[in-house]
Amino acid sequence: MEQNQETKQTTKSENWEPRIMAFLCNWCSYAGADLAGVSRIQYPPNIRVIRVPCSGRIDPIFVLRCLQSGYDGVLVSGCHPGDCHYISGNYVARRKFVALRAILNFLGIEPGRVQFSWVSAGEGEKFSEVIKKVTDDVKKLGPASRLVKKD
Amino acid sequence: MGTINEDLRKQAQKLLANKEIDYFVGCRQGTIPFRSAPHAFRTEAELDQLTFDMTCSNNLAQFLHKNYKKGDKIGIAAKGCDARTLIQLMAENQFPREAIKIIGVPCCGVLDQKKIRDKLGGKPVLKYSLPSMEEILSGKKDTLTVEGKDFKEEIKLADVVSNNCLVCEYPSAPLADTFIQEGLKQEKASGSMNWLEKFEKMSSDERWEYFSKQYSKCIRCYACRNACPFCYCEQCIVDDSQPQWFGKSTNLSDTMVFHIIRTLHVASRCIGCGACTRACPTGVDLVTLGLYLDKEIKERFGYTPGLDPGELPALCTYKEDEKQDFIM
Repeated sequence: MEQNQETKQTTKSENWEPRIMAFLCNWCSYAGADLAGVSRIQYPPNIRVIRVPCSGRIDPIFVLRCLQSGYDGVLVSGCHPGDCHYISGNYVARRKFVALRAILNFLGIEPGRVQFSWVSAGEGEKFSEVIKKVTDDVKKLGPASRLVKKD
Repeated sequence: MGTINEDLRKQAQKLLANKEIDYFVGCRQGTIPFRSAPHAFRTEAELDQLTFDMTCSNNLAQFLHKNYKKGDKIGIAAKGCDARTLIQLMAENQFPREAIKIIGVPCCGVLDQKKIRDKLGGKPVLKYSLPSMEEILSGKKDTLTVEGKDFKEEIKLADVVSNNCLVCEYPSAPLADTFIQEGLKQEKASGSMNWLEKFEKMSSDERWEYFSKQYSKCIRCYACRNACPFCYCEQCIVDDSQPQWFGKSTNLSDTMVFHIIRTLHVASRCIGCGACTRACPTGVDLVTLGLYLDKEIKERFGYTPGLDPGELPALCTYKEDEKQDFIM
């Protein structure tokens, strides 16, 4: 019985693929992902996308909820500085991300788990690069255990 | 020039007599040892109870903010943290500068009841005597005497002063209408220490271990939130049920998320008065995370809360050309 469970776990970890939540802003990163798609650029299928109006819409609680519910990584992506559809959404978001990142690192959540990027609507190639990097980083870290809510 | 208390009473009396203020917020002797009670002094006759000493641990700005109505004119006896709280609340447009008359008082830290209790092993204190503020500030005396049933002890003040006072960088009001006994004004607390040093030496696993242990003590009573002068949202996100952002259990994951968000909501606003720590019934470390965040914000954005009523908190504003080394 015990052995059975062990073998189960090893096969599970061998086939393990990370689940990553990506918050993409409607005006740049989401369009960038779209461009990657229509240009047939390949990237790992580990991300689940949530479209948000602006990176400024991201409340740190969104990121924490993802980690709580068992996502292994979170990516937040918005427009490049100066390109925000709402003029200053990403500037304010940037300061918020500084605080969120600092606090997570200090608590002992690996820095690779929560990542940030700027991807414009024309950067399909960069979008795929970002996803590749995030997926690689999270794969190296392994399944998330800290902050995951266990019943 | 009299004692600090005499001067303070004189100032408050002057303000009330000239009708410059509707009431004066200060402390008077409490019923529990080492804890004086905040009080709104409305008549001059009451003022002989007004005191200031090391037992005035409450953040009076909190008391004032909860009762403030538009048009009120209020005087307050403010130590460094009270005044900084007021200034920060003014920066957040909670009341106009003209509404508050700030009387700065020289502070040498406040006592931590829990530390005294631990030191005495829980033995009840029946009588105690504190040296006067003048004696402490001028360095003539640094002990207090406690008396209980068949024991009498001298305790060093430095051992029982609140942790937030040990790291305090602004013991005196940075902005005040008048300052009591300017000569005794403390520039920086003598025991000012680097609280974070210990944590920065730890590995991230050790820190996780430490914080897991701390936050698993939390019983989600929200006393820290209720005591905080900066948690004044009418509807707190923690109480929302549609959508319910926060798990309500005392599961470690839920408590940790609560404390992360609580820290983030007061980030760049918290001035470290220690009200949350004093309110916590289970002794959770509520300051370390915030102190670290403040340091990070200070380094990156050059901002210290509670110094300028005209400056927005760092997380409410931005600069276009900021360092963004962590963003791909």
